[in-house]
Amino acid sequence: MTRIGSVPGSQHAAMLGLGAYRPSRVIPNAEVVDAIDSSDEWIQQRSGIKQRRWANDEESVQMMSVAAARDAIADAGIEPAQVDCVIVATVSHLLQTPAVATMIAHELGTERAAAFDISAACAGFCHGMALAADMVKGGTAKHVLVIGVERLSDLTDVYDRGTAFIFADGAGAAVVGPSDEPGIGPVVWGSDGEQFELIRQKEDWRDVLKQEHPSMPHLVMQGNPVFRWASFEMAKIAQQTLDRSGITAEDLDVFVPHQANMRIIDAMARSMKLPAHVQIARDIAEQGNTSAASIPLALARMVEEGTAKSGDLALLIAFGAGLAYAAQVVKVP
Amino acid sequence: MATTDEIRADLADIVNEVAGIPADDVQMDKSFTDDLDVDSLSMVEVVVAAEEKFDVKIPDDEVKNLKTVGDAVAYIERAQNG
Repeated sequence: MTRIGSVPGSQHAAMLGLGAYRPSRVIPNAEVVDAIDSSDEWIQQRSGIKQRRWANDEESVQMMSVAAARDAIADAGIEPAQVDCVIVATVSHLLQTPAVATMIAHELGTERAAAFDISAACAGFCHGMALAADMVKGGTAKHVLVIGVERLSDLTDVYDRGTAFIFADGAGAAVVGPSDEPGIGPVVWGSDGEQFELIRQKEDWRDVLKQEHPSMPHLVMQGNPVFRWASFEMAKIAQQTLDRSGITAEDLDVFVPHQANMRIIDAMARSMKLPAHVQIARDIAEQGNTSAASIPLALARMVEEGTAKSGDLALLIAFGAGLAYAAQVVKVP
Repeated sequence: MATTDEIRADLADIVNEVAGIPADDVQMDKSFTDDLDVDSLSMVEVVVAAEEKFDVKIPDDEVKNLKTVGDAVAYIERAQNG
């Protein structure tokens, strides 16, 4: 009997570099309040958001991704040609086929790296990190580029009081590669499709085209049930993630939850009883909710500002439409 | 079984912890939104904490009917007896 050969992987995988791209348009609350008959005070009280970043016409999903990826590749100290897989987590690349990852891999100058997109909405980046770590350990790839990117401004109904002030644009990227010791802990992930109505694209594209005046099917969300699920159910997932990595909240340096809403971040931290020394990501105040991009953007800001340092243990937890979620403990590169 | 005032007092502690409102202000005739400034997201936190404290279920659909502290106390009493 002929046996199929196999290739060894690295014993451990780690995040080797991090990059971010924040689009150029800074949109203060004052610019979104008229369409939703609201106020700066109400938005800040409801979400902690002071301003958000929206992309201009040149800042496409591909352009923002390439910019963030170049930063991450340089931070990792490798060449683009060493990247052998590109995973892009996004729900807002409106050219559905081919995967934007293929064009990003080409523009970066990889050597025909494997490239594909994944759809896990706000949980996308942590899904990508889990895949990348397993690929490196399984010998499938040596350096995997994971990108979380969104242009949610294209999919936002500016007249919807529930979402108009929340969603934003941007890109974050990480290089995952081989390491001498564990740098990415086991993922805790899952989904609850029974609750798919809570956050969704409003209509199927086929239904849009049947309308007399077709218009963009915006993202819609039921805020209070999502708040309940995210604040309390996800706090339990966060604890399970620490347990699976064999650490406690005391060992943690940094907490980077998906930047959905400052109220969710605060409620999660309260519910988890996080020790006071743990630094909590609060990028949402300046950046808005960028779905798949929010975790790498938030971590990048903490590294820039010095609240997260190389070697720190960070708990990443991402959650959103689906209701899909994924979480892991990582070492800050 | 807890008395009505014991439930109100425990609920007042929860409202204090979630929203920082003095527990003495949390009286039966007070409206969560109009009198106590508890917004809908804080109300979700209050409800989840109350579910744990009183070992009852308060579904999302019911929360909008709990306008006053008295409404919430009465719901919890019914749920505990039911």
